[in-house]
Amino acid sequence: MTDTPGNLLLELGQPARATEALARVILRRFLKHRLAVLALLALAVVVLFAAGASWSSYAPTQQEPANPFRAPSGTHWLGTDELGRDIFTRILYGGRVSLAVGLFSTLLTITLGVLIGALSGYYGGWLDNLLMRITDAFLTFPTIFVLILLGAALRDQPVQWLKNSVLTVIVIIAALSWMWPARLIRGLFLVLRERDFIAATRALGGNNARIIFLHILPNCIGPILVAGTLQMASAIITESGLSFLGFGVQPPTPTWGSILSTAQTHVFRAPWLAIYPGVMIFITVMAINYIGDGLRDAFDPYVIHAGK
Amino acid sequence: MTTYALRRIVQAVPILCILSVLLFFMVRAAPGGPLAAAERNPNVTKEQIELLKVQLGLNQPLPIQYAKWMGKLLQGDLGDSIKFRRPVWEMIVERIPNTLLLVGVSFLVMLLIALPVGILSARKPYSTFDSLATTLTFVGQSVPVYWLGLGLILLFYVTIKNPLSGLPLFPAGGMRTLGAPPSLGDLAWHLVLPVVALSAGWSAWYSRFLRSSMLDVLHEDYIRSARAKGLRAGLVFYKHALSNAILPLITMAALDLPSLFAGALFVETIFAWPGMGRLFWDAARGRDYPVLLGVVMLDAVIIVTANIIADFLYGLLDPRVKYD
Repeated sequence: MTDTPGNLLLELGQPARATEALARVILRRFLKHRLAVLALLALAVVVLFAAGASWSSYAPTQQEPANPFRAPSGTHWLGTDELGRDIFTRILYGGRVSLAVGLFSTLLTITLGVLIGALSGYYGGWLDNLLMRITDAFLTFPTIFVLILLGAALRDQPVQWLKNSVLTVIVIIAALSWMWPARLIRGLFLVLRERDFIAATRALGGNNARIIFLHILPNCIGPILVAGTLQMASAIITESGLSFLGFGVQPPTPTWGSILSTAQTHVFRAPWLAIYPGVMIFITVMAINYIGDGLRDAFDPYVIHAGK
Repeated sequence: MTTYALRRIVQAVPILCILSVLLFFMVRAAPGGPLAAAERNPNVTKEQIELLKVQLGLNQPLPIQYAKWMGKLLQGDLGDSIKFRRPVWEMIVERIPNTLLLVGVSFLVMLLIALPVGILSARKPYSTFDSLATTLTFVGQSVPVYWLGLGLILLFYVTIKNPLSGLPLFPAGGMRTLGAPPSLGDLAWHLVLPVVALSAGWSAWYSRFLRSSMLDVLHEDYIRSARAKGLRAGLVFYKHALSNAILPLITMAALDLPSLFAGALFVETIFAWPGMGRLFWDAARGRDYPVLLGVVMLDAVIIVTANIIADFLYGLLDPRVKYD
């Protein structure tokens, strides 16, 4: 082994092995949070059901005009809606859309938030000032109102791919959610950029991009994961709400929100329409919230599980 | 303090400008825009549409339209509703008291639930009460307000009837019974379900927030000092800790105002409550853009103002905060 400072640092840090050990510790701590593990299982079941939607013997848009508003039975497990479509099948397919919107809008939100927060916190100065003023402006937006306005405007688009497709709903939700993660990341960067190991990296010739992405960002992984799970729960509620009001993903594509929307009109005739899609949203969101809680505890070095 | 106040107010101006520019161009970029309905109507000729465009000033370049709209906006003129041909401002003013009533009562109910729950949870963390409260707050945070509203209607309007009269226990919507003379009791009766729907998730959120805020404060040095000099635990908890733990709640509530308006929008839509949210939803379905722009701008102004007020309130209540 040569005695250059670079090698010494590598040996001391053991980056690969240290990361692996840390991941094991985090996993062990997460598994101790029993409710979070249960929530993970519940979410896995929801995902599996949505993934296996095409195994259903009905198509999500298949209508049976002779069978509207059938109560749950052996042939239609959760009943049918006003057009005689099978609710169980529509909920499974709706799950695909709701989960996809939740996941991908979260990925987009976190990416935007990380970029803006990292630039702001790392460089500081006028760039920080500018980015944070824009963030403040977005934070004062009455979000759901702006989303409805966007949804209403997009609904009239003549261009097909711009209409309220799954993609546009993902983009507009992310466009109005990146501010909280951006602030979080900025705060973490402000603290971490002053630490000695960053000074050491710089002394060794690491450039800014390298410092930001390889040295500071990996240290933010815990808070990012927690913020991401909470964002996903909120994105699913937002998408369902937007579709419930009629300005999200447009029919005939089923989402949990749009099935609930039909239910609102027929709540007196067919109460089961209102119950099951909501149960799915509720279970999914609650599971994600518990997973977020478990992750937070797992990454927080100060949390000690009281006998649990 | 005065310079700080001035700076905050001056800072709010570009924020509102960014919002207004974004919204205006977004709405006008929508195809058909305000005239979409007229263009779809087969009885309206092309000439009439052109005439309408000139009348409404829609044939001018967008920046000029924006300048005109902004100029009017600054004078308190939000334009006329396309659908109802009435000033937007007048329509909003009619609805504001109803929304304030709904939100105000829900806020009080939230405080009545969140304060005791949050405080008791923090008093004995990880006790049975705390575990139960934590579970319930997770439930409350995860229930979508629109589903809760539908569920309440299903339960208290459709399923459970008043045993004396056989009528529904609570009304499914509206603010007053049609045909009945307006009375406070009737209004309160109509308020019950919307308030429950709106305050449930909110109470969960705030009791959890207060609990963690309390636990944070209880770890501070001055709490240990207070205990060390012999003060009773209860006194330290309720006087020293609580008064400091409650402060972040003010900032939180102001920052959270957008989500509060969002909740009100859903509740008003489901319960046909004639407030601003319901007005907005109806306008969105009818593509009544002046109404949409008016409501969003007003909401934004309220949110910005509330944030500034919260900052000052915080400084007023917490002498440690210094303005520079």
